[in-house]
Amino acid sequence: MTTPSAPVLEIRDLSVSFPTETGTVSAVDGVSLDLAPGEIVGMVGESGCGKSVTAMSIAGLLPGSARITGSVRLDGAELVGARESALRRVRGQEIAYIFQEPMTSLNPVLTVGRQIGEVLQVHERMSRRAARARAVELLTLVGIPSAAQRVDTYPHQLSGGMRQRVMIAMAVACGPKVLVADEPTTALDVTVQAGILQVLRDLRDRLGTSILIITHDLGVIADIADRVVVMYAGRVVERAPVDDLFARPRHRYTAGLLSASPQPGRHAGTDRLTEIPGLVPVLSTQPDACTFADRCPAADATCRDAAPPLEGIGGTDHVAACWHPCSTAPQEATR
Amino acid sequence: MARYLLTRAWQSALTLLLSTIVVFVGVRALPGDPALALAGEDRSPEALEAIRRHYGLDQPLPVQFAQYVERMAQGDFGVSIRTGTPVSSMLTTALPVTVELSVLAILIASALGVGAGVLAAVRRGRPAEWLANGLALVGLSVPHFWLGLLAILYLSVATGLFPASGFVPILEDPVDNLHHIILPAVILGTGLAAIIMRQTRSAMLDSLSSDYVRTAKAKGLRPRAVITRHALRNSLIVVVTVVGLQLGGLISGAVVTEQIFGLPGFGKMTIDAVFQRDYPVIQAVVLLTATAYIVINFFVDLLYSVIDPRIRVTGDPA
Repeated sequence: MTTPSAPVLEIRDLSVSFPTETGTVSAVDGVSLDLAPGEIVGMVGESGCGKSVTAMSIAGLLPGSARITGSVRLDGAELVGARESALRRVRGQEIAYIFQEPMTSLNPVLTVGRQIGEVLQVHERMSRRAARARAVELLTLVGIPSAAQRVDTYPHQLSGGMRQRVMIAMAVACGPKVLVADEPTTALDVTVQAGILQVLRDLRDRLGTSILIITHDLGVIADIADRVVVMYAGRVVERAPVDDLFARPRHRYTAGLLSASPQPGRHAGTDRLTEIPGLVPVLSTQPDACTFADRCPAADATCRDAAPPLEGIGGTDHVAACWHPCSTAPQEATR
Repeated sequence: MARYLLTRAWQSALTLLLSTIVVFVGVRALPGDPALALAGEDRSPEALEAIRRHYGLDQPLPVQFAQYVERMAQGDFGVSIRTGTPVSSMLTTALPVTVELSVLAILIASALGVGAGVLAAVRRGRPAEWLANGLALVGLSVPHFWLGLLAILYLSVATGLFPASGFVPILEDPVDNLHHIILPAVILGTGLAAIIMRQTRSAMLDSLSSDYVRTAKAKGLRPRAVITRHALRNSLIVVVTVVGLQLGGLISGAVVTEQIFGLPGFGKMTIDAVFQRDYPVIQAVVLLTATAYIVINFFVDLLYSVIDPRIRVTGDPA
């Protein structure tokens, strides 16, 4: 789904680094990304590739030690370097978050109704009673049965899937423009996972919320996303509409990721999944080179001398940062 | 909940019975003969025999114990061997002093300790944390009898801000009562405040880096709400545990503090009784202390379930 309307969220050249005892660690380097109204963008990559840091930096949720440059605009308003009070108004109201671990992400000593109501009390100036009533509606909206009873339960009394639905109810309470879902299904069973993704899709359809979904699970991406951003070692290495990416991955890393995940049609036992050798590097500075070169089967001197630009292929909105992109023949990289 | 309460009450009663036996046997195992202490100059065998008979000390131990429990059940703790006054009337004058001192000390220590602990965690790595840590170290390492003496020296004797000793019952003159008891209470509370501060600080550091605090921030809550409603509420579980465990230390601290400030409380009564081998009084005070312990623990348990719903024991499975 490509929408011609102005993006609700514009990330331009976002870089994040953290000072540590052993020197600076660069977590995100020059990430740019648009999120159109009602669009679901998936962000994939291995652990440590900077996807969560990117997500957290959108609403300024990183610790104070983080050094952030670049620009994050919500409906044109700059958020990087914005005042804390301005960011607080954005958080929960315009940009809402769903986190990975629904057990630890909910406060164990407050009822779920209270935790949902809190957002409404802060942003919509609702009374506690009105907020509680609205919480019941929200719980119903995210598919929790007998919401009127569940509103007074504590997180430990709910299952993992229910807890994640509570998280979603909390996130959409104020009808945010952007929902950032950081690994929303990783801690859940596959069946529960499908339910959660359905809830997210419904919310997009009904409320027009734009969703940035972060995951390392390509299955989730294929299921829900309109567009995909592939990150590697803090950089965006490929960006494409979801079908295009799965059919014709351009970057060698994307191709590697795809061939490392099981797909229907390839037979278990006869086809071994291909792994990508090596690990994501931890970088103190971002080199002027392809950061994937050390793990790439196609790397040569060019790759180590200059960082490849994120370039479009044949006028499409499919871009990749690779000196030696895979040919456009479907699924060449995965045998 | 009712079932839980019943079980806990039953356990408490059993503990109380056991402590009664331990106290009774323990006191009699102490070296020294109370009859000798009472006889004074006249230590003829006949006189000693008469004293023993009068106080029931000639009976076999089980009989003495049975009589003791029976009297106690009627609220009769016996008569002080030393002064001849009923122990119960001694308790009614001494107990309020100690209770007031301890409650005040706990309140002061909790307020200071939790406040400083939260501040130290929130302002981590800044001067406020160093100050709080430094004060806690002083509070922990300086024995409070010495601190008490210093306080008397500088705040009472030198400047006359507070009375050095003595006590006025709260019903007689509440203001004067507070004036007399505030200094001992602060001194008694220092160690506890330091422990509470350190526990609060580390518990707060844990909760501040937790996922639910991140969620609270992502909701756009004000820092004050994030700290109190989300982080502190979760940290209090640890704090309550520590306070509960430290109450024993507080009771023994109260004994010393009362001695220093000359407060006519439970502690002074205990020390006097031990030196005089005043069996009925020792039995009463130790038993009462044990009871206080058991009751306090019971309430700490209840408090847990108020703070943490995961500990709440309900009849219906959720």
